[in-house]
Amino acid sequence: MAVKTYIEAVRDALREEMERDSSVFVLGEDVGVRGGVFRATVGLIEQFGPERVLDAPLAESAIVGVAIGASLYGMRPVAEIQFADFILPAVNQIISEAAKMRYRSNNDWYCPLVIRAPYGGGVHGALYHSQSVEALFYHVPGLKVVAPATPYDVKGLLKSAIRDDDPVLFFEHKKCYRSIKGEVPEEDYVVPIGRARVAREGTDITVISYGMTLHTALEAAAEVEKEGISAHVLDLRTLRPLDEAAILEAADKTGKVMIIHEDNKVGGVGAEVSALIAEKALFSLDAPVMRLAGPEIPAMPFNRELEKSYLVTAPRIAEAMRELARF
Amino acid sequence: MIEIKMPKLGESVTEGTLSRWLKQVGEPVHRYEPIAEIITDKVTAELPAEADGILMRHLVQEGETVAAGTPVALMETFTSGVPRASGSGAGAGSGPAKVPQAAGPESARGRDGRSGVAGASGSGLRGRYSPAVRKLAREYNVRLEGIPGTGAGGRVTRRDVLAWLEGATMQSAPRPAGASQGILTGETALAEQTPDDVEVIEASPIRRAIARHMVESVHAAPHAWTMVEADVTGLVRLRDRIKEDFRRREGIPLTFMPFFLKAVAESLREFPILNSSWADDRIIMKKRIHLSVAVATEDALFVPVIRDADRLSITGLAHALHDLATRARQGRLKTQDMEGGTFTVNNTGAFGSVLSKPILNGGQAAILSVEAIVKRPVVMPGDMLAIRSMVNLCLSLDHRVLDGWISGRFLQSVKRRLEAYREDGGI
Repeated sequence: MAVKTYIEAVRDALREEMERDSSVFVLGEDVGVRGGVFRATVGLIEQFGPERVLDAPLAESAIVGVAIGASLYGMRPVAEIQFADFILPAVNQIISEAAKMRYRSNNDWYCPLVIRAPYGGGVHGALYHSQSVEALFYHVPGLKVVAPATPYDVKGLLKSAIRDDDPVLFFEHKKCYRSIKGEVPEEDYVVPIGRARVAREGTDITVISYGMTLHTALEAAAEVEKEGISAHVLDLRTLRPLDEAAILEAADKTGKVMIIHEDNKVGGVGAEVSALIAEKALFSLDAPVMRLAGPEIPAMPFNRELEKSYLVTAPRIAEAMRELARF
Repeated sequence: MIEIKMPKLGESVTEGTLSRWLKQVGEPVHRYEPIAEIITDKVTAELPAEADGILMRHLVQEGETVAAGTPVALMETFTSGVPRASGSGAGAGSGPAKVPQAAGPESARGRDGRSGVAGASGSGLRGRYSPAVRKLAREYNVRLEGIPGTGAGGRVTRRDVLAWLEGATMQSAPRPAGASQGILTGETALAEQTPDDVEVIEASPIRRAIARHMVESVHAAPHAWTMVEADVTGLVRLRDRIKEDFRRREGIPLTFMPFFLKAVAESLREFPILNSSWADDRIIMKKRIHLSVAVATEDALFVPVIRDADRLSITGLAHALHDLATRARQGRLKTQDMEGGTFTVNNTGAFGSVLSKPILNGGQAAILSVEAIVKRPVVMPGDMLAIRSMVNLCLSLDHRVLDGWISGRFLQSVKRRLEAYREDGGI
């Protein structure tokens, strides 16, 4: 099996889906000739032509609006928001239109739309190129929210998202793009939306995460293992709908749960996971559910030291793991 | 500044030996956290801190034995989670206190704003149980108080309960309800259902230690039991003849026990396999004969040891026995007095029993009960009936080490020695 980077897995998924289904097309700022600011769509315009790889103006509301319209006409658009930070102008389209299409048309219309959005920090991108916005959409019924951590999952989940008949927000962590590599099958496969994955078996504490912090958590888990602390790590992969069964099973496994994400803590995905465990797995709990997340400040700072202090780093996770294990 | 005192760890225990400091001077301690390990005659216990604070001074050295109530350590207590700045005024005099890196809730809260576990790290968690732990306790009918906690502040974690259960099931497959270490609650639960009809007595540490030892012994060793009767008419007459003299000369009464102890010690030399213990598929045969002698008080059972009993005369045994029994009843036995026994003699006859089935003293291969000496009509050689002083000698044995044949021969040897005493003999 070939070892590929996270972003190569994105590109492979797009190309294979466009080859498989002629109704699939991509649109976004610089996705065509430039091949995407992160080079995710490189080579697609050469292979599929400008009618299926659309360079859009700097207007996210238009990108998503056009995508929604096309999807209603039987197309399967994959819209790219260059940085998740800039998705806000399109939020009205996403929440008021895409998410509610099926419901308000009594199932007559649906919206097979994928919105890819690179998110997250740690790449020295400063305020407007480092935000995590998943919690904004997490609250909205009618949307699916996916945030894979590995190249294998990216390819499999992006294919699932494109084949899904409802709107899917596909969050790709920027730091994963080139730093995370993994084996990816050449053949066609899908990873179902809504299923978490055990990233590491363990017996002492349960760590639940997604995206880049999953890798940081695994790094910390390897560190504390030397001290005899065995961490069980669950990769959520899909944030909405959450894989309730997998979360409850993982919580039950050790009774000591820590949820880690880069996004702010208050009202974040961790809050929902934590509440779910409190609601449905109280009698498995041997410690208060712990959340490790971004601090309560508006955005990722540019200054390198401040950026580092914002991020949930491996030493910080390891320290929290020790604390939870000791409890 | 508060004093931490040597606790009184049982009815008849008046002193304790501080065996090990678990907290050093300058270390922060949480309330209920163990700061030292204490050994008393029967139990090893942990000495808990009475408050959050910093351990300022050890007043007793490791290995030192002090009376209950003696201050053993000084502690500076925390007020509202912050160590009071001791030594800030000139009056404190004890030099600047070594203030630890804040270990309380303050430091545990990281910059990332997490709290949860952090806020609860430490103090007073012993006795507070998580839902998971309570669920397990209910499922397995376990009383949590007896389970050692390894979590923060001595908290019993889910893993602690599971480990305990695993240990409990490994010890013995078919477990009699309520029998193990007093923690399974079958009996207690029954007691709690009828509060008017029963009185619940909390077991003292000594009672619990005895219970634990008994259960361990019964579970560890397959007990077999055998008995012979001995005609000690000659011995009784001998003692009657010399006892006044003995008291005058030695200052202590002459009981039958020294005679039994001597017969046992000599027979053990003849059959040393009874003076042994079972250890992982091996038999450890001990060359020296240290007799444990069971001494019962009102609420406890002590088993002090007469060392090298085979080297002592009747008089020597009488003195050793008298000394140990007196000190046991006064609560002055030391840990060392209880250690190293290789065989136990149990004087059940003292309370009129004529038949008993003793439980082995842990780590020994056999235990002998000397029953009451009673006059009975006995058929003598030549088919004559006579009134004789008879005694039953009951032996419980670890069947892993011993079988009936060797045990019977040992008992016959004891019997022969006892029956050899004559009224006109000496000691």
